[in-house]
Amino acid sequence: MDVTIIAETTADDLHPVTSQLVGAAIAIGGTPTVLCPGGTGATTAASISGVARVIAVEGDCFDTFDSGAWAAALNPLASDGVILAASAPSGREVAAQIAAMRGIPIVQDATGLEAGITVTRGIYSGKAIETVTVSAPCALTLRPNAFEAAGDGGNADVSTVSRSSDVGVAVREAIAKASERLDVAEADIIISGGRGMGDPANFAHLYEVADVIGAAVGASRAAVDTWDEIPHSMQVGQTGKTVNPSLYIAVGISGAIQHLAGMRSSKFIVAINKDPDAPIFGVADYGIVSTWEGALPVLKDELSSLLSN
Amino acid sequence: MTFACLVTIAVLLKQVPDTTAKISVSGGRVDEAAVSKWSMSPYDEYALEAALQLKEAGGGDIIVITCGPARASKMLTDAAAVGADTLIHIQDNGVTDSTHVQSLLAAAVKKSGSDVVLCGKQAADTNGGSTGPGVSHLIGAACVGMVSEVSAEGDGFVALRASPTGDERVAVSRPCLFTFDKGATELRRPNVRGIMMAKKKQIETVTPEDLGVKIGNSAVSLQSHFPPPVKPPGQKFEGADSVPTVVAKLRDEANVI
Repeated sequence: MDVTIIAETTADDLHPVTSQLVGAAIAIGGTPTVLCPGGTGATTAASISGVARVIAVEGDCFDTFDSGAWAAALNPLASDGVILAASAPSGREVAAQIAAMRGIPIVQDATGLEAGITVTRGIYSGKAIETVTVSAPCALTLRPNAFEAAGDGGNADVSTVSRSSDVGVAVREAIAKASERLDVAEADIIISGGRGMGDPANFAHLYEVADVIGAAVGASRAAVDTWDEIPHSMQVGQTGKTVNPSLYIAVGISGAIQHLAGMRSSKFIVAINKDPDAPIFGVADYGIVSTWEGALPVLKDELSSLLSN
Repeated sequence: MTFACLVTIAVLLKQVPDTTAKISVSGGRVDEAAVSKWSMSPYDEYALEAALQLKEAGGGDIIVITCGPARASKMLTDAAAVGADTLIHIQDNGVTDSTHVQSLLAAAVKKSGSDVVLCGKQAADTNGGSTGPGVSHLIGAACVGMVSEVSAEGDGFVALRASPTGDERVAVSRPCLFTFDKGATELRRPNVRGIMMAKKKQIETVTPEDLGVKIGNSAVSLQSHFPPPVKPPGQKFEGADSVPTVVAKLRDEANVI
């Protein structure tokens, strides 16, 4: 079965999730061809084990993100089998556009895939799980970090094609992120604060711990809605980001159902809350009944000395 | 029948279980009857708010369109209470396949004559996110996703959208479709007068046949719903003095540090 993978790229190379797309394609018995929009990361893609072919798709239309233009340029190069993309904002949009162009079904944000094709995915932001079956031709997007990545050591042929399409979106101004800090969606360790932090200025204590262990700092919806200083980009939960890091540390977060929906699939959860009955303890692997004022300085010191050894 | 007026802003809405509602599963299906409260999908609320602001700034009519069962009409009335002008309810007879929903919504948008469409980036129940981009293709509109603000400029629009490196201010001309993320915008609440007026507002009910859309079999078939895996109870410790113990466990038991 032919699987066409639309590579997820960063500014100048392949995003690591692309290897996971290849791994998933092979696991369902697929032969993957990787399309690199704008030609970005083609050499890296060719070195992923199991990739049959890489097509570097060049063209001015890839200079600006316009999902319709990207889909129009990529669609003729995709085969009739399965189209795979990352469940990231751009991958989801492009895959949906291609599916609409072809009139084929699309299933987004899969967390499990079996030959056949059976797809497992979260619904209601993870408050429930569903399994659906769909057959090729179809388009699927896969959640980052939910699939085993293919290794390297591949040596696929790279061909380059030039495509053009009409771009309807023009960038007037790029506004850099307010901080260079890691985004919660990309982080392997997250420390999040809730309204229990008392004041947005106290998030500084979370940043101190985060700096020690290379974590991203997140927040509950209550914190984001209460304090203007805490932007929505930090929100973890049903109307924010759904995350699945190795370690999630919730500080001063009671554990509203919307928050749990967004973080419950984290591998390990630590909860620090002064209320022993807070619902967050129900999903925590390690719960610490303490004020944040008491726990965070100790946490920072312990992690510092652990990591300096 | 026609829904058209001179300047029409179309907003696509979906009614979903409120984000505070508990989702229970019985017999392999989510028990919809047990959902305590149904609400407008949160991202759609931001799309509607942006449409209301566009109307305030430049005039026009707001047409809200939903595809869903009978209970969804309440959400249309809620939209009218904050200022939606025309309410379209596509009776879907249980259509859940995104491809079908896209065809129905696109047909309704075309019929409205609208060339600017706003919707949420995804619905809060299925978490799909295919509908906006799919509809944009079907109506031949440029798609701008992950938007938090939009304003009219000349005959087109300028929008603020999320990008991998921050935000981008982008310009786009009609026809166009915006999918909304939650932004800094404060959502308005209906006032008493709005609520009273909305109760009298008529909902136009249309069927797939009225829209000239044939719904075939779905290519996606649901096997089962199930609740998320239950975690074994964790370990609980008292006081800040226990932090060193937990850190040691993170290293030795969990191997995450």
